[in-house]
Amino acid sequence: MLNTILYAFISVSLLGAFFGIGLAIAAKYLYVKKEKKLTDLEEALPGYNCGACGYAGCSAYAEAIFNGIAEDITLCSPGGAETAQKVANIMEVAIDVSHEKKVAFVHCKGGKDTARYAFEYKGITDCNAAYSMYQGNKVCKYGCLGLGSCIRVCPVDAIAYDNQGLVVVDKEKCISCNQCVTVCPSGVMKMIPYTADYVVACNSKDKGAVTRKACTVGCIGCKMCEKKSPDGGFKIENFLAEIDYSANGERKNAADACPVKCIVTN
Amino acid sequence: MSYIGIIITYVFISNFILTQFLGLCPFIGVSKNVESAVGMGFAVTFVMGLASLVTWAIQFYILAPLNVVFLQTITFILVIAALVQFVEMVIQKIAPPLYKALGIYLPLITTNCAVLGIALISVRSSYNAIESFLAGISGGLGFLLAILIMSTIREKLDSEDVPKFFKNIPIAFITAGLMSMAFMAFDKALLKNLIG
Repeated sequence: MLNTILYAFISVSLLGAFFGIGLAIAAKYLYVKKEKKLTDLEEALPGYNCGACGYAGCSAYAEAIFNGIAEDITLCSPGGAETAQKVANIMEVAIDVSHEKKVAFVHCKGGKDTARYAFEYKGITDCNAAYSMYQGNKVCKYGCLGLGSCIRVCPVDAIAYDNQGLVVVDKEKCISCNQCVTVCPSGVMKMIPYTADYVVACNSKDKGAVTRKACTVGCIGCKMCEKKSPDGGFKIENFLAEIDYSANGERKNAADACPVKCIVTN
Repeated sequence: MSYIGIIITYVFISNFILTQFLGLCPFIGVSKNVESAVGMGFAVTFVMGLASLVTWAIQFYILAPLNVVFLQTITFILVIAALVQFVEMVIQKIAPPLYKALGIYLPLITTNCAVLGIALISVRSSYNAIESFLAGISGGLGFLLAILIMSTIREKLDSEDVPKFFKNIPIAFITAGLMSMAFMAFDKALLKNLIG
């Protein structure tokens, strides 16, 4: 018995040592030299592997930049201007780093208390699954389905449920990787500038009367915001107010006057 | 069993992918285009051939004499992992484009159950060294055949009007199922008719 244990121990250890040393020697002879620039690039990128740049990961993007396949070297949105500058320094090119940081925002406040539900959904907990069933269980087909697909794809845990069964994005944590925007079936998750003061928290493109029946905090397209804050960049399109953030006027009057109170502070 | 019998068995009758359902990960993952599929096929063939030879030696010169045959699985995994690492280095050195095309699936051969499968099956069938090696090579060739057919079909499917919800992986699974059924035509009776 003792012999068996001893033999087992010795044979596996020896085999392990043999292969380990063999591989170490092989690694030395078969070593492929990596360019210094490439390793520098890999270090400069944040290493989230979020895929926002459109490449498989940070090292894939570094390689693409290095080989000149990726012409745009500012695609890393988590890294933002700082990373872009570092990459530009390594590649010895000048870039325009005026990119504004963007964060994801759920354009919907129609939760348990405010939105009307068409039926009870008891399928799997996935927004895309729910969306394939009459575009979700709310009467409004534009809102947040509240099943948390975005929470699961978020690489930095910036998204969480609120007490209304909706999700909220923590804009301090958001790295603007766009993954939640991609996974969201209703398109209610959209990117807004980090510095945005007010947001129209609704995505409903239905007519005012239809929206009103479906949700008490849905934008009815009444144009009140356009009138109250003419310089705020408000624009009604498809019965939905949108803010053009390049306009710098005040937006508080519009938010106060909004009859359904769907213009909220960020 | 004769050498020809072994080859026919592992390429067609008990094809690792389509009959024994081993090593399906690269079969779906790398079968998007023919070129990398063939590269993967040859890498797996190489690893399987080498692995079955080395595991045979370990089984009969180390494990059996020391009476520690129960260590089979763990030592085989060790051997296969080391071999794959080695193959990875060699490919990176001599064929960088192939290395890039295979990507993550190359290190994944480590945990490819087809490789461990052939090692265990060879030992269990008490093959000698040449037979094990041949079984390994033909098992790999069977893999190559399956992944080659699959990638050709998938390349053709790319230009077909597949319904949206069947695109990519779902249609690939259905294709794999049909291929597997087609391979049921190869059975032991066929082998008997062929070589008696």
